[in-house]
Amino acid sequence: MKLNERSLAFYATCDSPADNAGFLYKRGERHTAYHRRWFVLKGNMLFYFEERESREPVGVIVLEGCNVELCDSAEDFAFAIRFGGTKSRTYVLAAESQAAMESWVKSLSRASFDYMRLVVRELEKQLQEMRWGLAGGCGGSRESPGAWKPKLLGLEQSRERLPALPAVLPKENGCAVWNNVLGVDQAPDTSGCGGHDDEGNPRPPPLPPRRRVSNGEAASAGAAGVEGPSAFCRLHEQYSREMARLRQDWQQRRRGPRP
Amino acid sequence: MRYNERELLSLARQPAEKAAEIRMSVPKKGSVLKKRLVKLVVNFLFYFRTDEAEPIGALLLEHCRITKEEENVFSISFIEEPERKYCFECATEEQCQEWVEALKRASYEFLRRSLIFYRNEIQKMTGKDPLEQYGISEEARFQLGTPRQ
Repeated sequence: MKLNERSLAFYATCDSPADNAGFLYKRGERHTAYHRRWFVLKGNMLFYFEERESREPVGVIVLEGCNVELCDSAEDFAFAIRFGGTKSRTYVLAAESQAAMESWVKSLSRASFDYMRLVVRELEKQLQEMRWGLAGGCGGSRESPGAWKPKLLGLEQSRERLPALPAVLPKENGCAVWNNVLGVDQAPDTSGCGGHDDEGNPRPPPLPPRRRVSNGEAASAGAAGVEGPSAFCRLHEQYSREMARLRQDWQQRRRGPRP
Repeated sequence: MRYNERELLSLARQPAEKAAEIRMSVPKKGSVLKKRLVKLVVNFLFYFRTDEAEPIGALLLEHCRITKEEENVFSISFIEEPERKYCFECATEEQCQEWVEALKRASYEFLRRSLIFYRNEIQKMTGKDPLEQYGISEEARFQLGTPRQ
């Protein structure tokens, strides 16, 4: 099967953020000797280089659908990347310290596209619910965000096939709804919404100016979480308290300064 | 470059986000449009001969540019080689637009940017980091502007 290897090599070496990088020992496929390689994790691709300065990776492990486990090995700080199929290879890697091993196991466990998509959808849903709540519109009945917790906390990769992304993307959603948010200045010109970065991918819209909820009381009320209608009530109360206070200030100023 | 082909082939057999028979050409001299089964699974675009179970090839959709070309046609190129285009001729303009939209969102890097955006928005509205409840707020992949290591 052909693969766009040149593009893969570019992805591995360009300066887009790496999710983890460092030296790991990799056990060979046929022989049990370990080779020290420079590993770079980007998204769901784990690249490995002969040397840190090498210009091209020796290889890549596509991580989609894998499980990451600690494993018993003569080597210290060893862990394994396993796949589901019967004939699939298990990659045994070893870190150089306990901390490094834990860091790698953590980041590799969460490296799948599926997992990232789950988290994005969850946040998107939360944000939509918050905005609809503030605008006083009907939020519609949805399952509580708490239901997502078990999946996100697990170390195993989710094998679920999710439906395609909803039509409501940051660039479409944000422009329309911002105008409804209580007390917020008009969103800036939405020409940014249609913008694309150099790669032709849609850019999230520019962040609008937000009225700062400055008092500590408001911040702690917000910190209670955004699940369900109680969150809306809390936010509603918080804003109405502030509105009442502002109105009082304004009325006092109208009456003139007190002696 | 070595890669775990078996797992990639297994991925190609997964239910796709999008799949269709589309005429496609590769950026090779003398290449013509040929009918292929094109399948989008996570951030890979697989393409098959219409009667075969194993894909001819796979494209990792990171750092790529999806361009609407003439009617019914879009192309995929990669930023380090923008002139080398994979062209796709759809049956209808509508199908073409659907694929362009789907492919633009099909990269891990796009998801990451979306996540950072939503995280910021929610944090501004509530004063709380929405990732904290999942215990992942410190993960490198969710930070704005993670430095290259």
